[in-house]
Order: sequence, then structure tokens, then C-alpha cells
Amino acid sequence: MNPIEIIRFALRGLSINRLRTALTTLGIMIGVMSVIILIAVGNGSAKSVQSSLDRLGTNSIQIRSGAGGFGGGGFASARSRGNSGNTKQLTVLDAKALVDQNQAPDVKQVSPVMNANATCVNGTSTSTPATFSGVWPTYFEAANSQIATGNYFTDDDVNQGRRVAIIGNTTATELFGTDNPIGQTVRCGGIPFTVIGTTTIKGSSGFQDGDSLFLAPITAIQNSITGYVGLSSIIVEAKSSKTTDAAQTEIQSILDARHHVTSSASRDYRLFNQASLLTTSASNSKVFTVLLGAVAAISLLVGGIGITNIMLVTVVERTREIGIRKAIGAPKRIILTQFLIEATILSVIGGLLGVFGGFVGSYFTILGVKPVIVPMSVLLAFGVSILIGVFFGGYPASRAASLRPIEALRHE
Amino acid sequence: MNQLVIDVRSAVKQYGAGDSAIFALNDVSLKIELGEYVAIMGPSGSGKSTLMNIMGALDNLTSGEYFLDGIEINSMDENALSVVRGRKIGFIFQSFNLIPRTTAIANVELPLAYQGIKAAERRMRATKALEVVGLADRMDHEPTQLSGGQQQRVAVARALATRPALLLADEPTGALDSKSTSDLLDLFDQINAAGRTVVVITHENDVAERAKRIIRMRDGKIVSDELNKARAS
Repeated sequence: MNPIEIIRFALRGLSINRLRTALTTLGIMIGVMSVIILIAVGNGSAKSVQSSLDRLGTNSIQIRSGAGGFGGGGFASARSRGNSGNTKQLTVLDAKALVDQNQAPDVKQVSPVMNANATCVNGTSTSTPATFSGVWPTYFEAANSQIATGNYFTDDDVNQGRRVAIIGNTTATELFGTDNPIGQTVRCGGIPFTVIGTTTIKGSSGFQDGDSLFLAPITAIQNSITGYVGLSSIIVEAKSSKTTDAAQTEIQSILDARHHVTSSASRDYRLFNQASLLTTSASNSKVFTVLLGAVAAISLLVGGIGITNIMLVTVVERTREIGIRKAIGAPKRIILTQFLIEATILSVIGGLLGVFGGFVGSYFTILGVKPVIVPMSVLLAFGVSILIGVFFGGYPASRAASLRPIEALRHE
Repeated sequence: MNQLVIDVRSAVKQYGAGDSAIFALNDVSLKIELGEYVAIMGPSGSGKSTLMNIMGALDNLTSGEYFLDGIEINSMDENALSVVRGRKIGFIFQSFNLIPRTTAIANVELPLAYQGIKAAERRMRATKALEVVGLADRMDHEPTQLSGGQQQRVAVARALATRPALLLADEPTGALDSKSTSDLLDLFDQINAAGRTVVVITHENDVAERAKRIIRMRDGKIVSDELNKARAS
């Protein structure tokens, strides 16, 4: 008896209860689809984090105060350390010292950064920028940020402490709607600032909106909002991505001298460059992808159990038919193959539909992430779905095959 | 003496053990020759169904021997038995036992398919078998579209298609009206006249009367085995 014939038997078996066949297939389809889409979402978010880090510029180095630990909590911990006397906070003078063509020939731009939290008000509109910072004009180039309309503020603005501001697109829209923000006055933390420019749209980087932005001369921020405490960070742009490491060494020697650091272990500041950020984000998104994949794999497993379940019911329902087939000469092997093929067809069709659904689903933006399909996940999900058919169909099939005809025929 | 189709020697089929042991067959010996038409009768519990299961290679003996068309059956495993059933025996059941949602012709072709016969020859032999039972015009009907009598004739066609040594019918008229019963029995006469061995298990006298030899059973033993004088030639 040739295999095509057995496949025909199997197809006929499946066509007996079409609704049930469809629902079982749906289980596998959802499993395969979610594996593909969720892994694509994980991959897509990793890609978008990377591309927004790329936009930051590969040459930038960030200096934060505080030793050890992660840089994220640097601001608060730096302040407490500064009071203890052992560590010095970063100051504007540190930033100025880095602008030294003799000691730091590989440094192109330097800007101190003073972060604050402030809510801006324009009439009844309010906005709390995710980034509210006082900086030097050099910041824009170092941070790879450009002006879309209006002007940059100048060194003179910094020296005079003028309250002028450059805002991002999100902040502009929240405060002024569709009006032109240039020349308007907005009150932030109770202090009036005049908007002189807006930045080009950056998009979001990870979970932060890059366009929720408010930049002013550092002196204006220090004068009116934060006071003259330690800097949040210093941003440095190296001359090229090749000289980033050299620039980093130069920065360390200058700051070590200024902060009286004797060994690298006792440094009271930390350097972050693009490479370390990339490593961190890559490992973060890997965890994210693995988690999503695990959830999806569980749904694939549930789909497989669905196949076992339905095939067991089918075997019981068709006990009598199996008995008839055996009585008229069907060998055990053929019965086994028929039921295995039925289960496999269910999973193959489910798998194919799932792959199709996965591709379709990945065209849409999910939770703000544009999914990027990983070809390996498609092969894996499809392959696993077929194996699930064979594996989970195996038990019901062997039950069917080992039914004794005399008992099967008696079954009502 | 003609060739033996069925040769059962000192057959014992025991269920349970010790004091509670029940002998469904208690030392039964039976020979049926090629071309015979035999009816096996007996009340329920007499062991006639057990005998039918043994003869049909559906069940094994506790002790004794069984030769079907010269082949020793009792020591075979389940897989070999299914092959023997397919080639040597044509079954006809009380409840027809056609495969549901499958056309008449496909039902008749099925045992041929299990024997590995090619599609073209299969179709030809199945068509011929359906012509013999007078259902050539119902080939593409599914069981639910056929009357009980027609379904049973499809089952007969299925049993005949493999050209078995033995046609084994278990209460074939139990679910049929009298008209269909008489048609079916005429068909059995015709098949037997063509030289095929027919064994019918029944508890209806008028069905048994059509056979040429009547065997009566009680309590797992054969109590009488005589030629039907009205029919035997």
C-alpha cells in the first residue's frame, strides 16, 4: 500500500469533523505565529534601540560622577559622595579643562550637562520634558542634535546667562500646538524662557522620547533652577570614532590629576561610550527576546497538547472504524501511519498558516516596535510544529494501532 | 474428500481461571470443506460467537489447533493475522460495518488497497463485486444514502472482492426487514452456487434452513451437526 493512499485516508479522516480540525489547526497556528511575531518584536526593539544609539553619534563619550555601580543612579549618589569629601563632583571647570589641544588632542567638543526636572507652562498647556538640561552650544554637535528651525544659542548667551531655550518637537507640540514656538515665552519651574529654536525629530530611543527635550544655556539653568551644584555629566565628542579610545585616555589623565585620583580603582567618575551602551542594550534586548520567545513556545506546546487531545478523542470515536479496518486486513503499521499522518497534517497546516500569519503580523507596528523577522525563528517554529505533530500524535496513533479488532468491533 | 477450508481441532477457549473459569468453547472440533454452505446456530452464550471469532482469526484459542485453508492460525501474531484476514476471509456483520462517509465503491476497494493491489485493478474488481450484488448503480453513494439491505449488500461485495476462501457472516440478517433478508439469502445461495464456502452464524431458523449443513451449539459444545436434507444435494 503506497504512502499517497495512506495520506488520502488521513485526509478523509480529517475531513469528517471539519470544525474540530480547523480549531486544532488554529491552536498550532497561534503557537507558531506568536513565536515568529514575538521574536520579531524582540528583535525589532533591539534594532530600534541600536539605531537610536547610532543616531547619538558613535564618537560621544559621557562622563558621570560617582565610582562603581551603574551610571544610572549617578546623580544622587554623586551628591552624597561629594559631601563626604573623598570624591569631587564634576564641575564646569572640569569641562573647561578638557578643552585643551595639548593635553587632549583627540577631543573635539566638550559640553557640561546640568539636568533638572521642571514643568513648563504656556497659558493652560503644560509639558514636562524628559530631558531638561543646561548645556554649552557645543552640546548640539557632541550629542548629534540639530536645529530644525530658529537658531542655536551662543557662547555669549552662556556667558550672560540669558534665558533662551531650544526645544524638541514633542515639547513644542505640547506647549504650543501647531503655533510657531519661535520667539514665544514659556515658564519653566516658574522662570520665563524665550524659545529660540527647535530640534530635528529624533524619534524615541528605547523607552525615552528623544523629542521631549528642553535645552538652555547652562548658566541660565544654574542661576535660576538648580543652583551651582555638581554637574550631572559632561559630554565629550572625540575627533573620530577611531580616536574614541585615545580621547578617553586623555580625559582620564586630565580628570585624574584634577581629582587627585591615584589608582583607577578609586576614580570618582565614570566614562560611558557608545560601545559600552551598545553592549548593555544588546544584552537587555536579548533577555527581552528570550522572554518573549519562551512565552510563545509555551503557546506552541499548548497547541501540541491540543493535537494529542483531539487525536485521542478521534481514536475513541473511530474505534469501531479502526476495528472494521483491521478485520478486513489493515496491518497495524498502516493504522499507525494513518493516524500519525493525520496529526502531522494538522500540525503542518497549522504551522504553514502560522508562518503566514507571522509574516502578516510582523508588518504592523506592535507596541511602538516595528517587528523584524528572524529567519531562524521561522524555521525553528515551523520545524517544531511538525515535530509536535509527530510527537503528540504518536501516543493516540499507537493506541489506535494496538486496538484489538474483536474489542474494537464490539465498541458502540 | 474435498480440500478443508476450516479445520478446528479440540478447540478450547477459556475466560477467567480457577473456580470462576468459563469455557466459551469446550473441546470443539469442526471441519468445513471447500464449497460448503454451513449455518451455525445456538442461543446466546452457546459459544457460537466465540467460534465465529476463532474462525475469523479475530481471536486466539486457549488450547487446540485451527487450520484456515491449510494454514495454522493459532500461533500467529496480530500483524500476521490481519494479513490472513484480509486474504482468506470475507466478513459480513450484523451492523454492516461500512466505513462511514465513504462511498460504496471505496468501501469495497478498501481491503484490496490493504493488500497492495493497484488502483486500476482494484476499481475493476470492486465494480465487478458491486455488479454481483446488484448495486452497480449505487457505487458513489455513501452508507447513509443507502437502505439497510443495500448497505449489507455493499458489505457482501466488500467481502467478495478479495476472493476469500471463506465468507463468514455473523447474524447478517439481524438488522434487515424480511424483503431484504430474502434478497440477501438469495445472494448467498448464488455465491455458494459459484463455489464459494459460506458460513452463517444465526439464531433464526428460516435463515439457517437455507444452508446445506446446520450445526447447533450449546454451552460451548457442538450438540448436533447434520445435513439439511431439504437443501443438500
